[in-house]
Amino acid sequence: MTVLDGGLQPEMRVGVDRETIETVQAMAGKYKYGWETDIEMDFAPKGLNEDIVRLISDKNGEPAWMLEWRLAAYRRWVKMEEPRWAMLKYPEIDYQDQFYHAKPKSMAGKPKSLDEVDPKLLATYAKLGIPLKEQMVLAGVEGSDEPRRVAVDAVFDSVSVGTTFKAELAKAGVIFCAISEAVREHPELVRKYLGSVVPQSDNFFATLNSAVFTDGSFVFIPAGVRCPMELSTYFRINAENTGQFERTLIIAEQGSYVSYLEGCTAPKRDTHQLHAAVVEIVILDDAEVKYSTVQNWYPGDEMGRGGIYNFVTKRADCRGARSKVMWTQVETGSAITWKYPSCILRGDDSQGEFYSIAIANNAQQADTGTKMVHLGKNTKSRIVSKGISAGRAQNTYRGLVSMHPKATNSRNYTQCDSLLIGQGCGAHTVPYIEVKNNSSRVEHEATTSKVDDDQLFYCRSRGMDEEQAVALVVNGFVKDVLQTLPMEFAMEAQALVAISLEGSVG
Amino acid sequence: MLEIKNLHVRLEAEDKPILRGVDLRVAAGTVHAIMGPNGSGKSTLSYVLAGRDGYAVTEGTAMLDGADLLAMEPEERAAAGLFLAFQYPVEIPGVGNMTFLRTAVNAQRKARGEAELSAGDFLKLVREKARTLKIDADMLKRPVNVGFSGGEKKRNEILQMAMLEPKMCILDETDSGLDVDAMKLVSEGVNALRDAGRAFLVITHYQRLLDHIRPDVVHIMADGRIVKTGGPDLALQVEKNGYADILAEAV
Repeated sequence: MTVLDGGLQPEMRVGVDRETIETVQAMAGKYKYGWETDIEMDFAPKGLNEDIVRLISDKNGEPAWMLEWRLAAYRRWVKMEEPRWAMLKYPEIDYQDQFYHAKPKSMAGKPKSLDEVDPKLLATYAKLGIPLKEQMVLAGVEGSDEPRRVAVDAVFDSVSVGTTFKAELAKAGVIFCAISEAVREHPELVRKYLGSVVPQSDNFFATLNSAVFTDGSFVFIPAGVRCPMELSTYFRINAENTGQFERTLIIAEQGSYVSYLEGCTAPKRDTHQLHAAVVEIVILDDAEVKYSTVQNWYPGDEMGRGGIYNFVTKRADCRGARSKVMWTQVETGSAITWKYPSCILRGDDSQGEFYSIAIANNAQQADTGTKMVHLGKNTKSRIVSKGISAGRAQNTYRGLVSMHPKATNSRNYTQCDSLLIGQGCGAHTVPYIEVKNNSSRVEHEATTSKVDDDQLFYCRSRGMDEEQAVALVVNGFVKDVLQTLPMEFAMEAQALVAISLEGSVG
Repeated sequence: MLEIKNLHVRLEAEDKPILRGVDLRVAAGTVHAIMGPNGSGKSTLSYVLAGRDGYAVTEGTAMLDGADLLAMEPEERAAAGLFLAFQYPVEIPGVGNMTFLRTAVNAQRKARGEAELSAGDFLKLVREKARTLKIDADMLKRPVNVGFSGGEKKRNEILQMAMLEPKMCILDETDSGLDVDAMKLVSEGVNALRDAGRAFLVITHYQRLLDHIRPDVVHIMADGRIVKTGGPDLALQVEKNGYADILAEAV
């Protein structure tokens, strides 16, 4: 593998190696988050119109400016058309046939602390392995040498159930809360930054989200602060026929640092559910943000029934000089994934990195990749994408690397590897490259391979069964990306890789 | 230990007979060598015993301690105690050698209903076994066989064998691509594993490996059959005169 620049190499860590297939075997069952929570919900009336937008805004107790912003987005959205350029096939989505707001009844009184939250909700997160008590750590890291604490914002359908470690984070000047709360408590920050990275007009799904977004997380790291712990948001879709439209806004001021994790699951259902999120990240001079996602929405069954339609817009704006962003995503879930976490490298010497593992099995379809838009001088970007297809799945890498005239001496290195398992699946790579100056350099490498029979036989002749053998070979294939994940997620992701491919051989 | 009777095998893709009635008995505690010209079916025999796809057994049986090998999946044969040291060990990018070994060891233990080795016990064991084969810590961390020299690959096969402690070890041209020093190292590794409960089937072109791993019985294979069986001096005879005399005699 050609390495663009020592400074852009992923941090190598010993320990991930300690893994294993045992963990994988222990996590028996195909989709283990497919159960649902039986809880009384308040739904907004089905369908979408200005009154629904007003109702969502009202339920969140929003100021007038926020409502106006939403309505402007809604009025734009009704005139827009759903994009169809992705390599995805799905029936038309009826936007009037869903609920846009669903909230557990017990959340109506706005619990002041987690102790007041409905035990059923707390039990849901406990079952998912998400710690909502501050002395707990994420499942999978207990017993590790240095248990690290992770602050969690738990979002259930349309509302944030609670956020841990808020007081301790506040001491460091860090704000970590639900975005609905930020709109009320920190309007100056939200007004300044919301829509500044992903404008309302950006695309059909982002505009829809701007009109109807419900909860999501808000993160503000003040200048010079290294966030004292990892932050995470855990999204759970529970209610039926309900779209989830979360919005996340992260602001890293000069010289600050934060690592943020995002996890997602949903119950098994025969019907498709819509998820259209927007994530905006603003990074000022010398600041760094790591954003890691393990997306494990329900993928649908073997026949392609049910599963989440995941249309997500994620973008980081490296506004400051020497600012840095690193996206890592493990996409194993969803019936359809349409997602291109992007980096706007505006500041001189800023850096963007994108590491992705996208697994599509059975009837899943993924069209995912990134955009690296180089605007500043000496900007660097690195893309490592690993796509795995099995069953009848179609997996597309779609990426843009754009070097603007002023982005002199900039560099990009892209590596796209695809792995095919079986005869019925497909892998596609669609790289767009635009270079408008003479001093920049762009490198692109792509490979497509099949899980090799010789490798499988070699593993089996040493005693592993076929699924263990596939899991081992595939985990090897995705290793450079897994290494960029925080430890907790790396373990979970490794196990997920194996589970997502269950039944793909034989 | 290993009992092969009248084994006939065809290559599925070409419908071409490769083995045409192999008979072989290997008793526990013994070392058998199979020699023979290229294309005589030596490697096919090892692959068929290990359970590789692409071969059709049309006649005959192969039993390991009374169990029908041919009815088992490759991983079941491994758990039953069969081990094949590959002529061309396979590379698995991104998978650490240690991870591979531990997964294999624990998969077999699990299949036999034994407790899995803890990380600590495994590490101790692998370090001890690696030392005798002069395999350093770096080689244990590198991805399985990726970028290994010919000698490193073969030593790695013997390390796997030492870790898995099989009953019936098949070495398929383990000497190919080895220099004298590497051959010595590999042979010492094999000899250290010789004991009364374990048998070896050593497939080779050359007598020189048999200088290091002394066989009890030597077989000559030609055209899909074992055509002559003798003691260690049969190998010397081949070394001196080639196969021509023996083949002529067999016809």
